[in-house]
Amino acid sequence: MVDWRKTEEQLFKGLMIASLLIVLGSLAAVFIVVVIRGAPALSLAMITQTPQGGYYLGKGGGILNAIAGSLYLAAGAIALAFLISLPIAWYLNQYAGRSKIAAFVRISLDVASGIPSLIYGAFVFIIMIGLHERVSLFWGIITVALFITPLLTRGLDEVMQTVSPKLKEASFMMGATRFETLWHVVLRQSLPGIVTAFLLALGRGIGDAASVLFTAGYTDQIPTSLGDAVATLPLAIFFQLGSPVPEVQARAYASGIILLAIVLALSLCSRILSQRFKKYVIK
Amino acid sequence: MKRQIIDRIVGRLTFIPAFAASLLLIVMTGVLCIRSQEILLNQSLPTLLFSSVWQPMAGKFGFLPFIAGTVWVTFVAMALSIPISLFSAIYLSQYAHRRIKATVQPLIDLLAGIPSIVFGLFGVLLLVPLVKDLIAPAFHISTSGYCVLTGGLVLAIMVVPLITSIAFEVLTAVPEDMRIASLAMGANRWETVKYVVFRKAFPGIVAAVVLGFSRAFGETMAVLMVVGNVAKIPSSLFDPAYPIPALIANNYGEMMSIPLYDSALMFAALLLLVVVVIFNIIANIVLIRVKRGIS
Repeated sequence: MVDWRKTEEQLFKGLMIASLLIVLGSLAAVFIVVVIRGAPALSLAMITQTPQGGYYLGKGGGILNAIAGSLYLAAGAIALAFLISLPIAWYLNQYAGRSKIAAFVRISLDVASGIPSLIYGAFVFIIMIGLHERVSLFWGIITVALFITPLLTRGLDEVMQTVSPKLKEASFMMGATRFETLWHVVLRQSLPGIVTAFLLALGRGIGDAASVLFTAGYTDQIPTSLGDAVATLPLAIFFQLGSPVPEVQARAYASGIILLAIVLALSLCSRILSQRFKKYVIK
Repeated sequence: MKRQIIDRIVGRLTFIPAFAASLLLIVMTGVLCIRSQEILLNQSLPTLLFSSVWQPMAGKFGFLPFIAGTVWVTFVAMALSIPISLFSAIYLSQYAHRRIKATVQPLIDLLAGIPSIVFGLFGVLLLVPLVKDLIAPAFHISTSGYCVLTGGLVLAIMVVPLITSIAFEVLTAVPEDMRIASLAMGANRWETVKYVVFRKAFPGIVAAVVLGFSRAFGETMAVLMVVGNVAKIPSSLFDPAYPIPALIANNYGEMMSIPLYDSALMFAALLLLVVVVIFNIIANIVLIRVKRGIS
């Protein structure tokens, strides 16, 4: 006699494993396809030179403008976002308690982090028009900072919530104020998680194209001031891919490898650093 | 004394960015409303939403092709990603060995962290030819490969990690006692999932799906690159489509030169924002309830 209950379980277990393999397979496929197609066009010049004359017709040069641009933009944005996010996370954790205001702030941040980056771009673009401003590194930084702030804040907030209340109480009992507890106890205890949240938001900032499409512009030069237009790596991929010249398209694939390498490096950094900072965490 | 003063000052000061950040959403909606006022005064809302005539030069702005494009692509993506994500999440939360969990979870996070432009690139390099040369011919249809199906496939890969990780969290949060009780009654693991875990976790699962849906709804670059961008209502999976985010991203340059065009595009952005915000509010409230109910 066939045991239908067992057959059913076997069937669904098979489906589950197949699903998981599809997920992992697509991750592998993304890496393999981009690396295989991009590798032939990858060269040292790609990452050490800005576009030379005739670059977009397949002649020499690289995309240093976009790599540097993306790093400037993301560094500025993450610094700004962190300066805003950390105080909010402090407020939510130590000063607001379980109040209605805290719940309201949390849910609006959650909702804000679900808004497409394109909308942030459109929003900042409207403001720029209102102020008669032109596309620049400055406005790019503002846009990216705006859209990673909700993400970063909630990340920091979640991490700080996991700090054991006993530790905080011990600190209060020693006479420390709430701020001193935050500074000396909570911050250090949640350091591994803070690093993870920080690098996650940084990765988002580097990889996003839709938000800076309106606000940062595109240029073949490395920006020298906040008022210059700036190229970004994702947009460099996008524009090169749109070219009819095969050599330029091949460079789009190679730029894809560079972007993937940056994302992978951030992910590894985050794991290593959070491991290292775990030594401060008292269990 | 000084220490207490610092403490109080920090408390007051940190309230300011917290309050400002929570207003961001309202400010953004407000600004987009103001900018789309012009088109709303000029044309009625039903015309904007249900007309399929898109001729900006003639002052005709019917968003139906774009709304239809967005809906098609999003639904294809959800149809593909919901079963895959939920099965994966169930496996990881109920069956997988600790070591498998520890290996797979970072990989899923990595997938979630890949920039959308790279997914677009992947779509152009692999999925477009796949749809054009393999899938469509199997149905005796010819297509360029830049179509609804390809857009949906790319989007599905992008939302799978999101839905999987939220569903995993929700499923793991189901009290262990309930599972053990069910197993003790002689149910096997799948029956436990089907009758106990999944029912208990259902609201949270729905929230995970809704969050995935709204992510897919607003995704721009990856879809834009593979979906064909033809302003016509698609009638099959192999027709090109033109979703709203792609419309906005493609036309930002020239929108200032045609009257009402910029306002129309801002209206499109507002439409996107409103849908995403409503979905997100619902999903997040459900998730908060789920977490509170369990802990």
